[in-house]
Amino acid sequence: MSTRSPFKLLKSAIFPLITLSCALLVGVIIITWMGGDPKNAYWHLFDGAFGSLPKFGETLVYVSPLILTGLSVALAFRCGLFNIGAEGQYIMGMITAAWCGAAFTNLPIWIHLPLTMLAGMLAGFLWAAIPGYFKAKFGAHEVISTIMMNYIALHLSDFLVNQVLIAPPGTSPITPVISASAKLTKLLPPSRANTGIFIALTCLILVYLFLWKTKWGFEIRAVGYNNEAANYAGINVTKNLIFALALSGALSGLAGALQIQGVQYRFIQLFGFTGYGFDGIAVALLGNNHPLGVLFGALLFGSMNSGALQMQSVAGIPKDLIGIIQAIIIFFIAADYMLKKFKLKKTNQSTPLSKEVQL
Amino acid sequence: MDLEFIFGIIAFVIASTLRAATPLTFAALGGIFSERSGVVNIGLEGIMLFGAFFAMLGSHFTGNPWLGVLSGVLVGGLIALIHAFVSLELRANQVVSGVAINMLAMSGTALLLQKFFHTSGQSSSVAKIDDLSLPWLDQIPFVSDAIAHLNPLVYLAILMVILANFFLFKTTTGLRIRAVGENPDAAATLGVSVRKVRYFSVITSGLLSGLAGAYLSLGAMDLFKENMSAGQGFIALAAMITGKWNPIGAFFACLLFGLAEALEGQFQLLGLEIPKQFLHMLPYALTIVLILGVVGRSVAPAASGVPYEGRK
Repeated sequence: MSTRSPFKLLKSAIFPLITLSCALLVGVIIITWMGGDPKNAYWHLFDGAFGSLPKFGETLVYVSPLILTGLSVALAFRCGLFNIGAEGQYIMGMITAAWCGAAFTNLPIWIHLPLTMLAGMLAGFLWAAIPGYFKAKFGAHEVISTIMMNYIALHLSDFLVNQVLIAPPGTSPITPVISASAKLTKLLPPSRANTGIFIALTCLILVYLFLWKTKWGFEIRAVGYNNEAANYAGINVTKNLIFALALSGALSGLAGALQIQGVQYRFIQLFGFTGYGFDGIAVALLGNNHPLGVLFGALLFGSMNSGALQMQSVAGIPKDLIGIIQAIIIFFIAADYMLKKFKLKKTNQSTPLSKEVQL
Repeated sequence: MDLEFIFGIIAFVIASTLRAATPLTFAALGGIFSERSGVVNIGLEGIMLFGAFFAMLGSHFTGNPWLGVLSGVLVGGLIALIHAFVSLELRANQVVSGVAINMLAMSGTALLLQKFFHTSGQSSSVAKIDDLSLPWLDQIPFVSDAIAHLNPLVYLAILMVILANFFLFKTTTGLRIRAVGENPDAAATLGVSVRKVRYFSVITSGLLSGLAGAYLSLGAMDLFKENMSAGQGFIALAAMITGKWNPIGAFFACLLFGLAEALEGQFQLLGLEIPKQFLHMLPYALTIVLILGVVGRSVAPAASGVPYEGRK
């Protein structure tokens, strides 16, 4: 699994490329229908994302959280869990980091900075551990419970920012600005890019090493492949289910913390979901739940979201076009994902042992 | 506080509860049809949003709000057809397909709003469906304020609950839907076409969710707002689970969730200090408690979410 030939890598890249081309083609039709010039619109989409260093910096602002939420969803998928709750874990990470960043004022930076990140991670960890525990102990399906946890997080953050953490004088629903010792360093001014991107990239490598080079990572993947077989082999399925979902939540929580520490510096009341958690699902699926694929998926979705602003302001095509293109990509993935699983099942069933298990 | 004032509040709360429960009820019934046949549909939210937009658009172009409702319903069915096709023909992951529908709805309706109204945020006002005034009932003091002056779609929702319950549990087609959702192999052996039944059920769920959306834009309001479904599709999903995939049960869950919303404004009036955010959390928290099985376990139809591969 870890040693992939260039040919195999190319083969796994073909499907995403076909998907992307088809989605962009639908985009051409929509742009024309909206009375725009597709070439011009796509040029500004590209130029808006990569046209200059500050523009690229802005793109990184979108890419960093997507790397982490994408990794988060991918890690859970590897354990056979569908974490729709990345969005809620992200929100919990944001609000907790906003609290931790502002609550302490005289800590040295080398303590306060990582502490704030850890606070966000811990919030995401716990927020995801709840559905993980319910899944492992009661068999409560994580798709339903994580959806519900998303909304609970949204309303809880609303309560916290309005009633508990509100910045004086308390007229607008925002938390106080975090201390300088909790802020990440800026990169590529005047863009909002920051060193959070390096933390995201580090996590990418760490998750890869964890899943494919450690015993615990192997156990998680074994549970994901076939939890009955894993159980038979002496792997503690309950523990791994809870831990994998919680760890997945920690990654989304970290994404939220970095958003506060590097970009926003305070929590501002949300009037709906941020979308980073849901886009993370798409990024993970597009990247075939592999860290390298997640990186490409995050770059693609992040640059689209970033370039869309220039496409809207200069070429006059609403940025919502990007959401449509992304939705079409997900439709394609939905169909492909099951196709692969179906193939896997078929090969499993041809072996006599699993046939016995089936009966 | 005098008695008349209190009765006034109670009547108002009953009316608001019924209004708030209406879109939830339509969408929850939709969810029940889909899941009873074995197809998970978390795209209810997105279908509602599409329904709301096209209902408004239909009313805008024809000037007739009922034709608007019809177009919202039909577009809802059409979007569900996509979900059915992707789920049944391509054997897609139904949850992922649902996520895609929700995403498509958010961006798609925003883009269409730009195309037709050259604006973002909300559309201009269109002809809405006016509230009824029920004869006889509007003569009785308390009853008049509580249930006699509501939108026709509110009464339709109650009627639909009864019809759906009858349809699912007393007709052959209803039995087939349930059989396909519990044990598709057994149903297929008896000559039931799993594919056809699932297409029928998923499209029905889309029609109903489209109707839920139409109520949002033409019943509760007279315009379309971006993301106006605001999570109600997911609350409907919660009601479906809380009501144990049963139309009447789901209706009571919708009433409960509607009540929570209706009480929001009243608590302050009565001098109670419950932050509104906790009332908003109620449907979601209750759902989690119920799927745990601590208080009367909710169990999904056995084949829900599993693509049917045919007898081997």
